[in-house]
Amino acid sequence: MYAFVNGPLVWIAFAVLVLGSLWQIVSLYKMSKRTDKVYYDHYNPGAAAASVWAWLMPFGSRSWREHPGLTVGTFAFHVCLIAVPLFALGHAATLEFNRGIAWPSLPDAVADKMTLVFLAAALFLLIRRFAVPQVRIVTECKDIVVWVITVLPFLTGYLSAHKLLLDPDTMLMLHVFTGCLMLICIPFTKLAHVFLFFMTRAFIGSEFARRGTKTW
Amino acid sequence: MSDQMPVNAEEIMAVIERNDSARLRAWLKTCTSCGLCSESCFFYLANDNKPEFMPQYKARKTLGELMKNKGKVTRAQLEEMKEVAWARCTMCRRCSQYCPFGIEIAVMINVARQCMRTQNVCPDRLMTIDQSYVEFGNQMSIPDEEFVETCEWMAEEGQDRLKDLEIPIDKEDTNIMFVVNSREPKYYPQDIQEAAMVMHAAGENWTMPSHGWEATNLSMFSGNLKVAGQVTQTLYDAAIKLRAKKICITECGHAYRAAKYEGPYWTKQPGGKAPVEVTHAVALFHSYMKEGRIKLKHKFKDAITYQHPCNLSRSGDLGELGDELMEMLCENYVPMEPHREWSHCCCGGGGFIPMGADYKKTRMVAGKVKAEQIQKTGAKFVLVPCHNCTDQINDLNKEYNLGIKVMSFKELICELMDLPPHMKPEGEEDE
Ligand code: SF4
Ligand code: SF4
Repeated sequence: MYAFVNGPLVWIAFAVLVLGSLWQIVSLYKMSKRTDKVYYDHYNPGAAAASVWAWLMPFGSRSWREHPGLTVGTFAFHVCLIAVPLFALGHAATLEFNRGIAWPSLPDAVADKMTLVFLAAALFLLIRRFAVPQVRIVTECKDIVVWVITVLPFLTGYLSAHKLLLDPDTMLMLHVFTGCLMLICIPFTKLAHVFLFFMTRAFIGSEFARRGTKTW
Repeated sequence: MSDQMPVNAEEIMAVIERNDSARLRAWLKTCTSCGLCSESCFFYLANDNKPEFMPQYKARKTLGELMKNKGKVTRAQLEEMKEVAWARCTMCRRCSQYCPFGIEIAVMINVARQCMRTQNVCPDRLMTIDQSYVEFGNQMSIPDEEFVETCEWMAEEGQDRLKDLEIPIDKEDTNIMFVVNSREPKYYPQDIQEAAMVMHAAGENWTMPSHGWEATNLSMFSGNLKVAGQVTQTLYDAAIKLRAKKICITECGHAYRAAKYEGPYWTKQPGGKAPVEVTHAVALFHSYMKEGRIKLKHKFKDAITYQHPCNLSRSGDLGELGDELMEMLCENYVPMEPHREWSHCCCGGGGFIPMGADYKKTRMVAGKVKAEQIQKTGAKFVLVPCHNCTDQINDLNKEYNLGIKVMSFKELICELMDLPPHMKPEGEEDE
C-alpha cells in the first residue's frame, strides 16, 4: 500500500491530470470549431489577453475592486494553492532524490506559513458559502466535495510535517494519496476551471471587444 | 387554450441542441458558484438583495431545469420559468462583466426563452408582436402606405421649422438609409420630423425605405429567432435594393444590437457581419457635430444626465460616443455612476416595455436602481437615446416623483442648432 501510493499512484495521477486535461481541452476546442462561429469570426487576441490578465491580477478587474474581501481571500487561496506544492522543500527534495532534477524550493518556514494562510483562506471561502445568502442558494453538494478534495492535501501535509495526529508515515501516505486524488479530479470536476478559465475569458474578452466594450 | 396542451419535450430539446456550444459547456463546467454576479444585477439590488434574484440562480431555474429534465417539464413549471426568464432578467449582460469566467447568463436566459417560446409560453403581448411582424413587417401593425403618408405629413408640417424640409422615400444611392422604431409613426411622428431636420441641416444625402423601415426587433426578446431573422433580412434587403451605403438606426437600443450584432447570425451572413454597414443616430449625430456640419446657437445650459442604454453602451460600441456627444451639446453634463458599459439597465429593455401592464409593477420595482442613479446626479433633464428606456424613465419619473424631463438627441439638437439662413423658415430669415 505504502509503496503503491508513494510510487505508481503519483505517476498515474500526473498522467490522468495531463491526459485528462488535454482530452477536455481538445474536445472542447474541436466542438467550438463547429459551434462557436461567433468566436472565430471576431477573435481578438489583444482583448482576450487583456481580459485574462486583468482577472489574474488582484484588483485588476472592476469586479475584483468592488469585492475587496473576496479578492484578498481568493488570491491568498490560489497563490498558496499553486506555490506551496510546486516549491515545498519536501517536494523538491523528493524530486531531486528520485529523478535527479534540481528544483527551486521555498524554505520550510515559509511553506509552513503559506499552508496556514491557505487553510485560513479556504475556511473563509467555506464560511462565506454558508453565510452569504446569494452564495448559499447556488451552492451544491459538489462544491463542498471539491472544497474538501482541495483542502485535504494541505491539511495532511501540514500534519505530517509537524508529526501531528497520526504517525508521520501514515500521515505522509494520506498526504500523497489526497494530493493524487486532487490531481486526478482536476480535469473532471469544477476544478477544471484551472484551464477552462483561459478559454472562457478569451471568449468573453473577444465578444465584448467586438462590441467596443470591456470586461475588466 | 394552450394551457391544456401537453409540453413537447422534443421541441424544447431541439432548441437546446441547436444552442449547445463549446462555450455553453465550458460555462456550465466552470461556474464555481462564487456569487460575484449577484450585485451586478439591478433586479437583485432593487429586490432587497433577495438571493432568488441572483443571476446564476435564475439561469439554473430556467435553462438549468430544462436541461436537467431533458425538456420533460410540466406547463406549471414552464409558467414559473416564464416569470424568471422574462420578469427577472432583461438580458442586459451586466453580470457577465462581473463574473470571473465571463459566463453569459443573458445568453442562457435567451436560450431558455427560445425553449419556452416553442411551447407558446411567453408574455402574451410579446407573442402578438411576433405575429404583427409577420403580417405587417413592424411591431405596431402599421401598413407601409400609412408610414409613407406620415413621413409626407411630417415633412410638410416641418417646413414651418426648416424651410424646404423633405423626407426622401426610396431614394437610391444615398449615404444613409434611416430606419425608425414604429412607435415613431404611431405615437411620436415628431421624432421622424426632428431626425429629418437634423439630417437636412447637416446636408446629408439620405432616405427612408417604404418597406423595411422598421428598426425594432422584439422577436429577439420573445425567443422567436425565426421571425427575428426575417425582420433583419427585410432591413438588409431594403438597404441593398436602394444601394444605401449605411443603415442608420434611430435612437433605439435593441434595434441597433439586433441589426449590427445579432442579425448577421440569424440571417447567416458570412463572417458574422451585416451586408450593409449599420450605424446609429448617436454615431451619426456625433459625426455631424465633430465635422462641424451642425452648428449650435449655444450649448444646453441646465444640468443634464445621460442614460446609457445597455444595448448601445454595453452590447454596442456607443458608450464613449454618447458621452462625447453629450459634452459637445451640453455645458453641464453630469454622468450617472456607474456609466458607459458599466451602466445599470433601467428595466425597459429585454422586451419589458412591450410586455405591458401585467409587468408594470415588476418594472417599477426593478427600476428603483435607475431612479436612484438619476436622483443622485441632481439633474432635472435626462437624455435618453432609446425608446424603451424613454418609456421606462418616464414611468419611473411618475413612480418615484423624480421631477425630470426626458429628452432625445434629435429633440435637443433641433432646439439648439443654428440653421444656415437659407434653411430658416419665412419670417425668421435674418437677411
Ligand atoms: S459570477 Fe460567474 S462563476 Fe460566480 S456564480 Fe456567477 S456565474 Fe457562477
Ligand atoms: S443579464 Fe442583466 S438582468 Fe439578467 S441576470 Fe444579468 S445583470 Fe441581471
